[in-house]
Amino acid sequence: MSSFPKKKRPGFAKRVWRSIVRHGAPNTNRNRSLAVFTNLFLHIHPVKVRRRAMRFRATYYLGGLTAATFFLLVVSGAFLMIYYRPDPLRAYGDMKDLQYVVWMGRFLRNLHRWAAHTMVLLAFLHLCRVFFAAAYKPPREFNWVIGVVLMGLTLLLSYTGYLLPWDQLAFWGVSVGTNIISAMPAGGDMVKLLLLGGTGVGGNALIRFYVLHCFILPAVLTVGIALHIWRFRKDGGVCLPPYEGPDQQATTASKGGSP
Amino acid sequence: MKRFEPVIGQDVGEVPVRLLFTQDEAGVLVDQAQEPMVMTVPHLILRELIAFLVLTWILVMVSLLWDAPLEAIANPSQTPNPSKAPWYFLGLQELLHYYPPLIAGIVLPGLAVLALVIIPYFEINIRRPPLFDEKRGKRLAALWVTIIGACVAMSLPAEVMPWVLVIPTLLGGLVITGSALGLGVLARLQDRSLAFWLMSWFILELTVLTIVGTFFRGPFWMLTLPWIEGIY
Ligand code: HEM
Repeated sequence: MSSFPKKKRPGFAKRVWRSIVRHGAPNTNRNRSLAVFTNLFLHIHPVKVRRRAMRFRATYYLGGLTAATFFLLVVSGAFLMIYYRPDPLRAYGDMKDLQYVVWMGRFLRNLHRWAAHTMVLLAFLHLCRVFFAAAYKPPREFNWVIGVVLMGLTLLLSYTGYLLPWDQLAFWGVSVGTNIISAMPAGGDMVKLLLLGGTGVGGNALIRFYVLHCFILPAVLTVGIALHIWRFRKDGGVCLPPYEGPDQQATTASKGGSP
Repeated sequence: MKRFEPVIGQDVGEVPVRLLFTQDEAGVLVDQAQEPMVMTVPHLILRELIAFLVLTWILVMVSLLWDAPLEAIANPSQTPNPSKAPWYFLGLQELLHYYPPLIAGIVLPGLAVLALVIIPYFEINIRRPPLFDEKRGKRLAALWVTIIGACVAMSLPAEVMPWVLVIPTLLGGLVITGSALGLGVLARLQDRSLAFWLMSWFILELTVLTIVGTFFRGPFWMLTLPWIEGIY
């Protein structure tokens, strides 16, 4: 009566861990590959990347940093939503509470505000980087168009948020902006009416901006960014001049493509 | 039967399409240096993590040190002077100072967005020829005719003389001319294309308009000096 040599059964903790993460420690290239493509979030990346594409001076990481700022904004924004009510009678008071009563409220609001400005700036710098690297040319031309839409959405997102504190800055900043819309020759007044829910900035405008700011625009932007990054991969990743061997100097515009 | 007439040329402006003829089902051997690759985990992920942490750290520090503004409660009957839009729209608001709303608020921004969207559909060559590769004298003359024309076109519909637009345009013209003539450091820009110069001009104007609108405008949209009167 012979028996197979017994293999020790993995312990309970190990079995639970394996049910969640299916690959071993990333100490072999096989496991490192598995780490990328068995993970929903990491698999926006290819398993391997060109060393040149990873350099700071290739992209200044601007697209990624823009996305990172967006992530910080979603997180800090969710916390702010817990305290904020989009009603002209309450909004301003809630802001004061956030500043003086709520634990960490002031920090949260500051973070959300400064990150918002930063996101507009980073998205614009990213646009400039892409242009001067001539990375908008075929096959990436439609991704550039998606990018222009993302830039517009980013501005709108920031702008709709601007009204929410319901202070003088918010009220008049938004009044100035929406007055421009009514200068549109055809349908300008209608767009303004649709956006404000009235002829001036009031309670209806506040709730509309709130819904746009906290749900519609972030949702659209999330899908848009996913599409943008997906296409970025499909179009061949970071646009670089042809590889000419290890001594190659230039990643600058003038050597490879230039705008 | 010949279906294609291959044209061989060095000038990408004239021969923009590259064709590769291969025999049916023949493999294509491309002589190419092997590009060094690295594993995404850990190399790229680590860099992304570091970049994210640095960004977060900076934003957290800024948020601990400086408070976001919160003014008095909204009051429709009390118009602040000046009333300013958020900074990223102040370039637009500055434009509104010079032009009627239809031009400044709708036509110009509309054209800018349209131009941005169609850029990649016109600029299809991998590499554009430098603007002043050939016919330098003629092109410089054309450049200045365009610049003067643009300045006149910018001034005619304006209600106030738009120096903020005209001066950077003229300065830009000087820089381009300097680069064409190979003067000093500007010689390094000698190989730039028309698209490069147009976009640089656009970014310059946008930046100048935004800075002027943000820092140099006070009550009644009058010019102010931020180091004397502060920022409105
Ligand atoms: C919400 C704003 C945006 C986000 C989160 C974003 C994100 C990204 C990321 C992560 C990349 C990968 C490479 C890199 O980091 O440069 C990328 C590439 C790219 N982006 Fe964006 N982007 C945004 C806005 C824009 C804008 C405004 C444009 C231009 C109008 C644009 C055009 C492009 C193009 C053409 C590429 C490919 C670049 C290359 O292949 O080198 N994006 N974007």
